[in-house]
Amino acid sequence: MSIRGKAYIAGIYEHPRRDIPDRTLSQIHAEVAVGALADAGLTLADVDAYFCDATVPGFGGMSMAEYLGLKLSYIDSTETGGSSYLAHVGHAAAAIAAGKCSVALVTLAGKPRQRGRGGPGGMGGEGPPEGSFEGMWGLFGAPYNYALAARRHMYEFGTTSEQLAEIKVAASIHAQHNPHAFLQNVVTVEEVLASPMISDPLHRLDCCVITDGGGAVVVVSPEIARELDRPERAIKILGHGESVKHTNNGRVDLTYTGARWSGPRAFEEAGVTQADIDYASIYDSFTITVLETIEDLGFCEKGEGGRFVLDGALVAPHGKLPFNTDGGGLCNNHPANRGGMTKILEAVRQLRHEAHPAVQVPDCSIALAHGTGGSLSTRMGSATLILGQGDA
Amino acid sequence: MADEKQLPAYPPNVTVENEEFWKAAADGRFLLKRCDADGCGTVIWYPRSLCPECGSFDTSWFEASGKGTIYTYTIVHKGQGPWAEHVPYVTAYVELEEGPRVMTNIVGVDPADVAVGMAVEVVFQDAGDGAAIYRFRPAIP
Repeated sequence: MSIRGKAYIAGIYEHPRRDIPDRTLSQIHAEVAVGALADAGLTLADVDAYFCDATVPGFGGMSMAEYLGLKLSYIDSTETGGSSYLAHVGHAAAAIAAGKCSVALVTLAGKPRQRGRGGPGGMGGEGPPEGSFEGMWGLFGAPYNYALAARRHMYEFGTTSEQLAEIKVAASIHAQHNPHAFLQNVVTVEEVLASPMISDPLHRLDCCVITDGGGAVVVVSPEIARELDRPERAIKILGHGESVKHTNNGRVDLTYTGARWSGPRAFEEAGVTQADIDYASIYDSFTITVLETIEDLGFCEKGEGGRFVLDGALVAPHGKLPFNTDGGGLCNNHPANRGGMTKILEAVRQLRHEAHPAVQVPDCSIALAHGTGGSLSTRMGSATLILGQGDA
Repeated sequence: MADEKQLPAYPPNVTVENEEFWKAAADGRFLLKRCDADGCGTVIWYPRSLCPECGSFDTSWFEASGKGTIYTYTIVHKGQGPWAEHVPYVTAYVELEEGPRVMTNIVGVDPADVAVGMAVEVVFQDAGDGAAIYRFRPAIP
């Protein structure tokens, strides 16, 4: 397979100005975006993929996606300097060829002439476009922001702190078997509720650990996989979905995550359903992250997550939905404050039947791994992978 | 809570896209942007030159009511820096009468009495350098 003939450049736009002190960097991105789309006879509403470099204002490509109001099934902020945009076109063509998206927007903007003119320096950035309206309300990182989502979920669906605590308890039951886990002690619901309140309604034990470390994954072609020394340990990628959820022009809804969109995309591509999932790695920066994600991935109805997680539903090997058998971010590891890598790794261990025997799901043949980045309360990137054994 | 000490406030990050908002805030007025494109009329938050609903750059400012209700909130028990001495304090999303949900602090009330759905109104607080930022307090009926 190649990209040859699978994608076309339909619109272009070059900003007409060469000295732009009276625009923010976000505005220039917006002007070239709208200009190129107009050249193609398309609008922002048609865009389902966004590509940008690391100089865009804000958090990866997510702040610009929010500014532009994009609804994305694909995002890529590969940074290779001046060659980035050519790489982006190549990546966009591959994504379109693979059916991941159909209208990809690539933007570049900068204001290097404004450096030292009393305006912001560097790449001409003013900080994130949303930055003038966030960041001054006394929220010091993720727990505070996720507490906003937890409160709203409680208000709408009657979810309780005890139900959230069940998620931490399940993770701790798994972590006791992981000699590398940062926290290896089993905790109770009462202990979670008795831990210090950080940002009401989230307690310290509703939060993931802070750990150094990392992880890596190698992905190969089927041809290479067949030639490996132990080809049976190669895990097949069955499906993938992604999305960006943002504050949606001030209409943010904190009761769901981007998994609402990334999950169905992954299930559809994999050709499997929730009932086929033997094991799930669910992003667990906080207990509320797990609860909302389980609902959004369709393992239960929206609002039912609090009841779903009771009675050991998440506990391996015999729960309804064994999750995070390494102890997850809540107990084991959340390296670099980013838990997505470890979610993939434990799913692969489960599919290889190399998880700890106490938590290995019998006959595990299809697994799901889900990542959440950013914040449940503002803008987030969501990605879902469905993986299977080599013969799946 | 008449003796409540004001939460930390610093001059906002003013850009060419939002300076009208912050000028008005210093005068005690809460502005919003609306899309003026035919058939759109969307109220925009956070303020920007583009309407993220329809993609038009034809947007303009208007003065909002400054009233809304609490959509969600958290009571912060572990603050940092100058905020630490103010715990517990309340950070929230307020749903404005005009539609947008904006992040802010709730002041002038015991955090234990704050609730989702509570009616609130804007109050401007001195942020230094002649600037002011918006916070919300329980609405006076």
